[in-house]
Parts: sequence; structure tokens; C-alpha cells
Amino acid sequence: MTAKTTAAGVPYDAQGDMSDADRRSAAMRGFLHEFGAVAAAHLETCVRCGMCANACHFYVATKNPDYTPINKLRPFEQAYNRHAGPFAPIFRLLGIAPKVTVTELEEWERLIYDACTLCGRCTLACPMGIDIAELIKEARHGMYKAGLVPDRLQLMDRTARAWGSPATPADDFADIIREAGEQHGIEMNVDLEKADYLVTVAPAELTDHTKALADIARILNKIGASWTYHSEGFEASNIGYINGDIELQKAMTLRLIETAKKIGAHTLILPECGHAYGAARWEAGRWYDGKLPTRIIHMTEFLQETVISGKVKLNPINCTVSFHDPCQLVRRGGVRQAPRDVLKALGTELKELENHGDLAWCCGGGGGVVSNTRADPIRFKAFQIKQREVEDAGAERFVTACGQCRITLTQGAKHFKWDRKVESLLELVADNLAD
Amino acid sequence: MTLLDFARGPALEASLFIFVAGVIWRCVGTLLLPWRLVRVEPRKGASSPWVAALKGVLVKLWPYDTFAKSGVVQFVNGYIFHAGFAVVFLLFAPHILFIKGVTGLSWPSLPNNVIMMIGVVTAASLVVALVFRVTSPVLRLISRVDDYISWFLTFLPVATGLMAAAHLGLRYETLLSLHILSFCALLVWFPFGKLMHAFLFAFSRAVTGVRMGQRGAAI
Repeated sequence: MTAKTTAAGVPYDAQGDMSDADRRSAAMRGFLHEFGAVAAAHLETCVRCGMCANACHFYVATKNPDYTPINKLRPFEQAYNRHAGPFAPIFRLLGIAPKVTVTELEEWERLIYDACTLCGRCTLACPMGIDIAELIKEARHGMYKAGLVPDRLQLMDRTARAWGSPATPADDFADIIREAGEQHGIEMNVDLEKADYLVTVAPAELTDHTKALADIARILNKIGASWTYHSEGFEASNIGYINGDIELQKAMTLRLIETAKKIGAHTLILPECGHAYGAARWEAGRWYDGKLPTRIIHMTEFLQETVISGKVKLNPINCTVSFHDPCQLVRRGGVRQAPRDVLKALGTELKELENHGDLAWCCGGGGGVVSNTRADPIRFKAFQIKQREVEDAGAERFVTACGQCRITLTQGAKHFKWDRKVESLLELVADNLAD
Repeated sequence: MTLLDFARGPALEASLFIFVAGVIWRCVGTLLLPWRLVRVEPRKGASSPWVAALKGVLVKLWPYDTFAKSGVVQFVNGYIFHAGFAVVFLLFAPHILFIKGVTGLSWPSLPNNVIMMIGVVTAASLVVALVFRVTSPVLRLISRVDDYISWFLTFLPVATGLMAAAHLGLRYETLLSLHILSFCALLVWFPFGKLMHAFLFAFSRAVTGVRMGQRGAAI
């Protein structure tokens, strides 16, 4: 792995020992793999109106036109016009659609990875309905194939391929769960042969937020559910999905679902992680033709159904709360009402942020950006949008339902010495279970 | 053969052929690529795919308030020149006569002075769109040659039409010939540039409508 800069001074990382020609060819093959009718309908329809710019937190925070979402797709679009579009042969013949160069790919690495959280706010803004976030995710496939991924994300990819998780080897997982149980005084189930619920985790919970491991256990024990964590399928944050490593995305998705199937779980509970929801709930169908052997729900949906059904009663906490809507859960996932139902059951008064629900601003760290330290400067600038909205809302507590959002917002708060704690919805519920 | 005969005859016929063939080719070339839809179990209560597709098409007719704050002038301007172009093209008496000659279909027209006024507004609106494009750092960055060619070839028939209707500059027959030829140029360019969004926008909106609709997410 190397950290380099292009002739124009743009930093990029490159992996593997490929010639420029091979790197370019690999990117083109990766791009071509994604050029189906849906991507084509989107790429063919852009009128370059620029409406997507003001939907992007990185553009709004910096006013740098490079961060205009559709601009982040330029090499992808160029490759489409040259190799896959209806007039590609004519354009090639006339030299109208130039080759994508390896330098362009290197320069666009920072736009495709550092400056996009896959939040999809641009998709909502596009008058042509172009799903820009999805196209960027698809463009990442070509970049991954070309070995043009930020080193930090590539490291997580390699770790996940080797260990089954970017946070810990699968062999250590059961011990981590037992230790979390001992630390918090909760009876943990791990590697049970049969269970109704398979509970999965995200790296944040194996590192920064270990209390969450015990919190969900506390709730499941309270309702008398049959449940387990499992070493064979525990890691739900899908780094393959984020990086454009489709083989890894598939392997991680199958590992979860096949484990659920093996233990007879009717429900697979995803952790408080947005991209886990995107990868498992909405993309597992790629490998199961839409007919999954288990129900897949996000932690927030589980909390909602448990609270609404009356299986658990909560002690009211009587305070005002603002909720940060995780993009993959709400805007891209449709779980808009569930966190609000849970907050209501907690007896809180919700003070919505100016942009909330489907239109909420991203935390700035999704899509791997929080793990990609090269993006820190623009991530912190984007954080200030959220900081201002939270201050304007004036609630006593600030809550979210995604560990990555929580880490991003906590890091932002620390950077700006902002005295606000970012809390987890799961932890709030677990801490306020009525006897 | 006069210039007007050429414009009304072979030029128009050839450009119409290129337009129709090009539009079909581009639509087919786009939509016959593999669909590779990811099949998912829709959220309970989610709209059916057809309803979600329709929603996708309709919702995008107007931006969400938060996006309108920064882009409403541009958005409204877009509506003005689209509507203006359509009205002038379809409701100007000589155009209707021309269309009747080709297709046999006709409908009532708007008075000429109203059409003139709408034509002027349309031309002004197109100029505003160009000013946006060349003055905004974002639009300058993302613009392609296609954007400027498409603008020019859309503006030209409007401008020559106004000149012909007002008998400005050259002989009427010459102006009319130039007007028809400029329209021919627009037809020829249409399938190759961004003007094709007139046909493809519905697909683009609909597929996003279906994708997000099955999730119960906003479109």
C-alpha cells in the first residue's frame, strides 16, 4: 500500500502492483459490470442542472464545486459513454468519448470515497430521479478492482476477508461477548445451536460501544426470547458493500443469513448500523432472489415492535430529545417512524432538527468516510451543519440509532470542543426498562 | 429548388428520419441492457411497483422545500422554457397547419400576439438558463459541450421563429427557411445529446421510485 499524489497534487492510495494499463482495464471491467439498464437510464438522463450540489453536505460545507455529487461520477459516466452507451461505437470512432485515464481515476478516488457518504440526499434532490448515491456505490466497484481505494478502507477489507470482521477475529468473538456480559452483569447467549433470534453486531460495538452488546441482551432476556450471538455469523457492517468489493459483500451477507438459517432463527436482528441495514435488508436479495430464509430487521425496528406490542414497558425519562436520522436507515431504508415511536414510548418530547427524517443531513461519516482519516478535514466541516441544527433545536438530549453516526458525531463534537453527548436509542431503551 | 423547398422537403424529411431512428436506437440501447434488478421483500404496506414508479415520476415535478430554497429560480425557469417551447410549438397556427399537413391532425391555436409574447418569454428564459450555466461555478464545472450545443439548437428555432413572425432582418421566405432548418438541426441533434431526457426522464424517475418505494423510503 502506498500514499501518493497525482501530478496535480491530489492525494490517492493505490494497492497492488499493477501497471497503469492494467489498473485502468480493471477499473473499466468493474464499471462495465455495473452498466445495466437502471444505471444507464440514470446516466443517460442527467441534464447537468446542478441541483444535487446543494443537497451534499460536503459541497454546502466547503462550497467546493468538485463535491457536486454528479461530478463525482465523471469517470464512471465517461466509461459508460465510451464502452456501453447506445452510441458508444460512434463516439469512439469520432473520438467524442475519450478514454478514462488512470490519472483521472486516481484523482477521482478522493471524490468517490472521501467526499461521498452514500447518504442519498442528492438522489432526493435530483429532478430526473437519478440515484446518484447508488451510482457512486457502483463506481466504487471499478475503483476497488483497480486497487484505488483509500488505504484505511482497504485495510478493513483485508481484515474482514481474513477474520470475518474488520474489528476482531471470529475466534475471539465469543470471548468478547462473554466479557461484555460479565462487565454489565447480563446473561449472554453465544453460539447456541438453536434460537429464534440471531443478534448481529457492528465493529463499533466490539470496540467503542460494548455496552450495546449487553443492552440488546438485557431486552431479549426481559421478553424471554430465544436468542443468540453466533461466532459463525456476527459481523453485520458490510465493508465489502461500502468499498465496492462485491465478493466480500456477498460472503459477509451469506455468512449472516446462512447462520440464521442453520440455527433456525426466524429473525436476524441487525445492530445500530446504517450500512448493515442497506447491505443485508435491501441487497441480500441479490443472492437469494428475494426469498430470504429469515426476516431481517434493524435494531430500531426490533425496539419499535417490542415497545409497541407492550412486551417491554419503559420508564419515562421526561426530557426533550433531538434525533439524528441515520441516512441508510431512514432516507435509504424507510425506517422513519420507528425511532420516533420508541422515543415517544420513552416519554420524551421530540424536538426535530430543521432537516429531519428523509431530508436529514448526513453525519458526514457514512460510506466509510469516518474510517478514512484522509477525509477528516471535510468531515469536520460537514459536522458543523449538524452541530448548528442541534443547537437550534435546543433539546436536552441528542440521540441516534447508528453506531457509525454516533462515532462520527462524537468525534466532531470532540474536535470542536462541543459539549454534547451523542446517545444510542438502544442504550436509552435498555437503561429505562420498567420492572 | 429554393431554400424554402429544401428546408420543407429533403432537409425536414432527413432530420425527421434521424430523429425517429436515433430516439428509438437510444431508448432501445439503454433499456435493453440487462436489468439486474435486486429482488427484495418489500416493506409491509409499501406501494406496488407500478404505483411507486408513478409516484417517482410525479414527485419529482417539484423539489422538496429544503432544495427549493436554493434552486427554485432555476427550477421555475426550467418550467418556463419547457412550457413556452411546447406552447409555441403546438399552439401557433402556422405550426398546426404544418403538423396537419404531415399527420392530418389539427387543433385550435392561440392568437399570434399571445404566441409572440410567449416566444419572447421562452427566449428570455433560455438566456437566463445560459447565464446560470456560465456564471455558476458548479454548473461550469459539470457542463459538457453537449449542454452548450443543446442550448444553442433549442434557442435557434425560437429566435428564428420570432424573427420570421416579426419579419425582422431578412426576407420572410429566407427567415422561414432558416427557422425550419434550425428546427431540422434540433431534430438531428436531439437523439445524441441531453435533449433525450425528454424521453428517458420517466424511466429514470420510475426506477428510483420502484427501488425506494419497496423500501418505504422517500422518492
